[in-house]
Amino acid sequence: MGRRPVVWRGVKGMKDATMTPSTLHDLDVILKTEDIGVEYENGTVALDGVSLDIPEGQLTALLGPSGCGKTTLLKVIAGLVTPNRGTVTVRDTAIDGPGRDRALVFQDFALLPWATVLDNVAFGLRASGVPRKVRHETARHYISEVGLSGFEDKYPHELSGGMRQRTGLARALCVQSDILMMDEPFSAVDEQMRRKLQEDLLELLKVERKTVIFVTHSIEEAVYLADQVVILSGRPGKIASIVRPDIDRKGDVDVIRRQPHYVELVDEIWGSLRRYVE
Amino acid sequence: MAANAVATFGANAPGEAMADTLKTHSTPTILNWQTLANSTLAWRTLSFLLVFAIWELGSLTGFSIAFPRASEVSLAIWHMLMSGELAIAYADSLPPLLTGLTITVFGGVIIGVSIGLARGAEWFLMPLLVILQTAPVSAIIPMLTYVYGISDTSKVVAIVILGLPLVALNSYKGIQATNKSLLEMSRSFLLSRADTIRLVILPSARKMIFAGLRLGVSGAFIGIVLAELLITPTGIGDLITYNRSIARYDKMFAAIVSILALAAITLSLLQWVEDRLFGVGSKE
Repeated sequence: MGRRPVVWRGVKGMKDATMTPSTLHDLDVILKTEDIGVEYENGTVALDGVSLDIPEGQLTALLGPSGCGKTTLLKVIAGLVTPNRGTVTVRDTAIDGPGRDRALVFQDFALLPWATVLDNVAFGLRASGVPRKVRHETARHYISEVGLSGFEDKYPHELSGGMRQRTGLARALCVQSDILMMDEPFSAVDEQMRRKLQEDLLELLKVERKTVIFVTHSIEEAVYLADQVVILSGRPGKIASIVRPDIDRKGDVDVIRRQPHYVELVDEIWGSLRRYVE
Repeated sequence: MAANAVATFGANAPGEAMADTLKTHSTPTILNWQTLANSTLAWRTLSFLLVFAIWELGSLTGFSIAFPRASEVSLAIWHMLMSGELAIAYADSLPPLLTGLTITVFGGVIIGVSIGLARGAEWFLMPLLVILQTAPVSAIIPMLTYVYGISDTSKVVAIVILGLPLVALNSYKGIQATNKSLLEMSRSFLLSRADTIRLVILPSARKMIFAGLRLGVSGAFIGIVLAELLITPTGIGDLITYNRSIARYDKMFAAIVSILALAAITLSLLQWVEDRLFGVGSKE
């Protein structure tokens, strides 16, 4: 704890960038992407040769400027976008679409406007063939876990942005998959709410042992939350470097955010991202 | 002139809207006028009386002999109800109207939903529907006589070509407008295609579908009246033409008002069905 961050930087080409850090050998890799390439119909190359290891039980952030393909990468991992080349494997099995082992939290919440919080959360279990009563029981459990007890019968339009995203999170937790994917989960809520949600997410992950992959464009968010930050460069999307922040998250949040180590790391990542933004 | 009578029913809408806003803003009080203001029925009655009064006064100026007073028309309706004239006319008009409405409502929704869901059906049916919607269909109605003769079939076809494209196109647009993010969400939670349609696509399209149904029902009424005026001089259309030809304008207006009333009732019924189906937010 508190030691210098280990930064691998891909100076020329991919190979250096995807070098697996030695510390990773101690961790089990739950999900692996190999040489992912995605090209849109109009010829734009969104992702080019992305190979990445996701360590089990850890939080991985996909960070990069807008249009760098980070959301596309997450959707490839989610099985919603089929890559033109490359494979995604979960525990050494190649995926061919969305699966029960992965659950997605959406940037725009993707809640059914005509359904209550309870029905929206239980919706995740709809395909599993679980009886309605069990679905609702499970949903209630996760609603209380994300701090939404008492709002079960409310409709999405009656909720604040933060509460809507909690609903989206509860729905993803409800299916009890090992991997939780979040697409810019806190970008649609205001700054105060974002901080609260970030803290609550860390608290929640102490209870729920999950592997989390989340997309963000906020360097602070990535450093604060993630065990592993994957920095993507844009057009075409490639891995520029992988950073393991190794932040000591014990103690007061405001103290953490003022740690020299934390501040240094944010600056360092900004330094490496700057040239892709300009 | 019929436009005047149309206003009787059209005028209900603003009254209703106003009553709704008042409902949300005012708390119940003992004041009588406020309770009255909250009542949709009161607003409807008021707007009806207002139009009735304007009509009555307007015709009193005697600007046209073909424009009877509202009271005369009301009286004519009463007499025609009693004499069975209206009943006989509607015995001719109602069966094709009901058949045509059924085809318009169910056929329109089914066609619209299928072209919204299946690419092939879209390529096949869309051009036809767009032509039917934009073409002056009333111009081709007389041609139906050549195909189906002077028969109920002609009436049904007239109703369907006027009503169905509106229902189908709106249903199609409703299906197309389904939030892409919700579809992606359904896929990511492994929902089957059938469940996605049932639980996500149809509920999200229902407002557009019902908007189409309202337009389609109005179109169907235009269809039956046009058919009876232009091709088969029977039923309610005949009642209008005949009374015009013998200069019984009170009875002519009575027939027009009766068909407008029927259209208004049908539309209210549709609203009732929508409220019953989706009224208090659909549960899972």
